[in-house]
Amino acid sequence: MNQEEYTYKRRQILSSQVDLSKFNAKDFEKATDEEKRQQDVMGESTTFFKDGMRRLRKNPLAMGSIIVLVLIIASIIIAPHFCPYSYDQIITVNGKRDKSATNMGPMEFSKMEQKYMDETGEELFPHLFGTDSLGRDYFIRVIYGTRVSLSVGVVAAVMVLIIGLLYGSIAGYFGGTVDLIMMRIVDIIYSLPDMLMIILLSVVLNETLTPLISGTMLAKLGTNMISMFIVFALLYWVGMARLIRGQILTIKNNEYVLAARCIGTKNGRILRKHILPNCLSVIIITTALQVPSAIFTESYLSFLGLGVSRPLTSLGSLANDARGAMQSYPLRLVIPAVIICLIVLALNLLGDGLRDAFDSKLK
Amino acid sequence: MSEEKYLLEVEHLKQYFPVAQGFKKIPLKAVDDVSFKIRPGETLGLVGESGCGKTTVGRTLLRLYQPTGGKITFDGDVLYDSENKIDKDMLPYRKKMQMVFQDPYSSLNPRMTVEDIIGEPLDVHKLYSNKAQRREKILHLMELVGLNAEHAMRYAHEFSGGQRQRIGIARALAVDPTFIVCDEPVSALDVSIQAQVVNMFEELQEKLGVAYLFIAHDLLVVHHISDRIAVMYLGHIVEIADADELNNNPMHPYTLSLLSAVPIPDPETARNSKRIILEGDVPSPLHMPSGCPFRTRCRYATEKCAEVNPELTDRGDGHLVACHNR
Repeated sequence: MNQEEYTYKRRQILSSQVDLSKFNAKDFEKATDEEKRQQDVMGESTTFFKDGMRRLRKNPLAMGSIIVLVLIIASIIIAPHFCPYSYDQIITVNGKRDKSATNMGPMEFSKMEQKYMDETGEELFPHLFGTDSLGRDYFIRVIYGTRVSLSVGVVAAVMVLIIGLLYGSIAGYFGGTVDLIMMRIVDIIYSLPDMLMIILLSVVLNETLTPLISGTMLAKLGTNMISMFIVFALLYWVGMARLIRGQILTIKNNEYVLAARCIGTKNGRILRKHILPNCLSVIIITTALQVPSAIFTESYLSFLGLGVSRPLTSLGSLANDARGAMQSYPLRLVIPAVIICLIVLALNLLGDGLRDAFDSKLK
Repeated sequence: MSEEKYLLEVEHLKQYFPVAQGFKKIPLKAVDDVSFKIRPGETLGLVGESGCGKTTVGRTLLRLYQPTGGKITFDGDVLYDSENKIDKDMLPYRKKMQMVFQDPYSSLNPRMTVEDIIGEPLDVHKLYSNKAQRREKILHLMELVGLNAEHAMRYAHEFSGGQRQRIGIARALAVDPTFIVCDEPVSALDVSIQAQVVNMFEELQEKLGVAYLFIAHDLLVVHHISDRIAVMYLGHIVEIADADELNNNPMHPYTLSLLSAVPIPDPETARNSKRIILEGDVPSPLHMPSGCPFRTRCRYATEKCAEVNPELTDRGDGHLVACHNR
């Protein structure tokens, strides 16, 4: 392209900007008030929570996890109401103990049950997962095991959250010597072997607690379980405390905290209004991820025989009981294992989804 | 001059921060012996390069840091005096002294609506009797800084930098202060918006009669808004003068070099003017040079400069300079 051509083309481009033949009189009319108002429309102002929930709903994995969790929770609440068997009851027909009802496969009926049904014409409730080696309905045992495992997870996570939040926010906000001392205590607790602590505590507590709790609800759970809770409350909050302290250390250096102090806001209000809301996302996510880790701990402790007292069961102790007969009745190991996997996977995916939805850094 | 009533008097203010070096703690002298006075309704500009202690002066004034020494008098009340051990509770004075922050992005809480951000000082000092009155005050403040009333329920991240800075200014104005520390309020903004915000500061001063300590590193902006200008170097004030006087008749060698670095919007003049380029770097505030802090980079430095730190002395008409040789 020579110089002349170039300047000509440029001139053309420029002149097309004011090429009046491309417009008609209508294009130059003034905008009506309504049209002006249309320009003012902005995105709807959303709160932090609404915004996060909207993003969470768009995440198929997280929504799938919520559905799985809701199904599991619904079934552990509803199932004991319509299932006529109980987790500690050996199958009896007409008041007589049914010795043939051991080690049955799913949906099978024992000879005695079959005979009873043929005689009376009454339909007995099927054994959905069969029965165990003592002749107890396996389905209801799995349901109760899931109840125990899930509640252990949730209670432990809430305990960890409360202790870690209080401890971490005090250490992080006040800083300096307070922080130094508090974090050295955390370091000491961090270095204690948790397994040893659980075993020692359950031995000690077994002696001291058994007379205290006999006859109460707690007796059913057993001293092992209580010592597990105590160990969670004593040891497992340190991770949460460290995390929250770190968050608060970064947030308190923001200028809006300085601005609040400049206004004359008191420490408590600064913590409540400025610092905690800004680490809320981290708190939600870690708590959601704490539940599966507590379930895991409970499961392997039960697997080692340190879990709930018999005849109450948890998913871990069910798996442990099934270990002996793994060759002949593999299903009895597979069912609790699969449920542990489902719960832990769903909670982990939900935690990830929550992080994606609520973490402002990923916006 | 001494009969005149001052709003704020700062005398020999010191702010050291302990810095651990190995096992020893060495004081970092961020602000060392700074004195100045501000009249009601006046703007004192404070300039200096990064790290010279401008922001620390502002924050120490508002007692966001505990000062190491000196005396601060506000409106006749001694707020802090290290010699007489006076250390007053700041809460009642927070209503009279406020601050506008540098970074409009980190100075607003992302979890709060504009209404709550501006309303927080009202809540803290209980400046309203009912919800309607609170809302009315907030809307009035928003109007004052040129924000739309419809924006009250929005979050800070929905605004541009200039608008965010206006929110920050509205928050500072909420308690009807008589003195505002403006800590580089326009440095983080686009040049086009800087002008708007600086003009707004001037309008607000006319309307409300507030005094400013206007901290900035842009000499042009400071000259535009200030009545008087103080130049800081390494924690010391080296020169204070009326804005025009400082511009036309700078005396301290550091002020000279600062002024020569101001860009000139005319290439012809710019080519003919000579820049004074300083040698070397700013010394570390951990290891201050003896005597005058500027002597290591000063071309007029003599032996006396290494021995005695020059005091601020009056060279006529309130033009104070701290230099032995000029």
